[in-house]
Amino acid sequence: MKSIKPELMLLPLLGLLLCLGGWAIISGKSVTKSTTKDDGWGDMITVTETTREGISKNLPSPTETWTASKPYIVEPVAKRGELDQGILRFAWLSLKLVAQGYAIALLIGTPIGFLLGLSKKFTMMFDPIIQILRPVSPLAWLPLGMVLFMGLRVEDADGRVAFGTSDAAALFTIAICAMWPTVLNTAVGVRAVPQDYLNVAKVLKLSRTKTLFKILIPASLPYMFTGFRLSLGIAWLVIVAVEMLIGKPGIGGFLWQQYNANSYAHIILSILTIGVIGYVLDRLMSVAEKRFKTA
Amino acid sequence: MSTPILQLTGVSRSFDSLKVLRDVNLSVHEGDFVSIIGYSGSGKSTLINIIAGLLKPTRGSAEMNGSPITGPGPERGIVFQNYSLLPWLTVTENVRLAVDQIFPELSASERAERTAHYIHMVKLTPAAKKIPRELSGGMRQRVAVARTLAANPRILLLDEPLSALDALTRATLQDEIADIWQQNRTTVLWITNDPDEAILVADRVIPLLPSQEGATLGAEIPVTLPRPRDRKTIIATPEFKDLKLSLVTTLLHAKKDSAPTLTKKLAVPDILPEDLNDRRTSSLFDRPAPRRRSQLAKEEIPIEAP
Repeated sequence: MKSIKPELMLLPLLGLLLCLGGWAIISGKSVTKSTTKDDGWGDMITVTETTREGISKNLPSPTETWTASKPYIVEPVAKRGELDQGILRFAWLSLKLVAQGYAIALLIGTPIGFLLGLSKKFTMMFDPIIQILRPVSPLAWLPLGMVLFMGLRVEDADGRVAFGTSDAAALFTIAICAMWPTVLNTAVGVRAVPQDYLNVAKVLKLSRTKTLFKILIPASLPYMFTGFRLSLGIAWLVIVAVEMLIGKPGIGGFLWQQYNANSYAHIILSILTIGVIGYVLDRLMSVAEKRFKTA
Repeated sequence: MSTPILQLTGVSRSFDSLKVLRDVNLSVHEGDFVSIIGYSGSGKSTLINIIAGLLKPTRGSAEMNGSPITGPGPERGIVFQNYSLLPWLTVTENVRLAVDQIFPELSASERAERTAHYIHMVKLTPAAKKIPRELSGGMRQRVAVARTLAANPRILLLDEPLSALDALTRATLQDEIADIWQQNRTTVLWITNDPDEAILVADRVIPLLPSQEGATLGAEIPVTLPRPRDRKTIIATPEFKDLKLSLVTTLLHAKKDSAPTLTKKLAVPDILPEDLNDRRTSSLFDRPAPRRRSQLAKEEIPIEAP
């Protein structure tokens, strides 16, 4: 057991405290003032007013945030209403949508990456288009998705919409935004397969399919996984924007709804939750990535 | 004498304007153990790649069993200098890949048996479940030899198979491969840059002589030392010493003839590699500018033309 240096624990803690302190300084606080004045009839009445003061008046302070967020954290899976659920429940809804969009991104992106890596002609044909589409923001893709899937309506047994235009548009947006790192990394990985391995395939006269599955895929797997990890990060970024725009229940939808409802503390709760989940996803993927790196 | 299984006639190869091989003639018969020796960078690998079918000769013809070589094939098994093992497969799986591909008609257990047989032949049975990363260089090259032999090649091509190994491991492996040949009598074409190795393993040693117009094969030197050859006794015999002397003299002589008269100068690009020992600043603003060679001192590195 190696000894843990106290710095390793203390410094991050210090950083956290500094951030919290800064937040506490700029955040506003509620001030209740009682004034006594003439009510116009000659009677003196006491008026109690609550106002907010501070550098950023409406920014809730850390303690206020904690008080307001407590019900969502203490009961993370409670469901009080469509847009009033525990934080884990919202996260779960978002994660489900991300998983679907991400799966589509991988299923489309990996073969495109392979084609780009294998064929010079294919690269020359499509590389310019990819380079142009790649930096487009999710906010721009979503309306196009809406147009693409306009009128789509899959009903469940009770006649309610189970999968509608906005769901399809959401998946479309996540998939198309998350696809690019997978596409590019797979292409790089396939191009980086050492000629030696391909020579082995040639000398043994492996068929094209066998070369693909026995040589190309295993050899480019480490690169592909880097792409997968980056893609997952983007998919999680996109989900928030998508949910905000289409108003789906989920962590991003919750954030936007709470902004409109003036519950600013919940915005901070949402941001922190999004950050923590994104971090956890990234860690999980890099653990998987490491496993393949050693191969 | 029977028809040769491998026949090169007037093979030349150049890369753009660089002439690598010129008018190479070679015939190898069934059961031969031929060694080709030459300087590094003199075109040895080009020659073996032409025989393996990975490169096309610019002129001349390469024939295997009387029909022209048009591409790589398992009947010409090649052991590469850098082993070329698939790093994600175990020793067994690497060999099995070749067995599965060449003998699809055998049952799974027969193929497993064949795989185990060749792993045993190179004395790697205890390491059968290991992946290449866990093996030493010598062990990796044994796996490569086992994989190539398991494909039952008509001719075994070895492209400087041992030059990445230390001298002692190299000696052991030379003896082992020679033993394997003794048992199987597979035809072997062994390319090397080590005169001792060439003489110790082969029946015929052919020097690859460098020249300005491209390298070509010199007169072959037959090695009549009795087999099995015991390294310790043989390297002390006058016969061995004579062979080695004549081989080295031929090669040195050719090198002197081909030596360039002028010294070329290599212009070095005006940028220096980043020093990885320097801590990278995370700030975007005070990144150091690339280090320029011209700001240090002009440097020209004279090189000898090959």
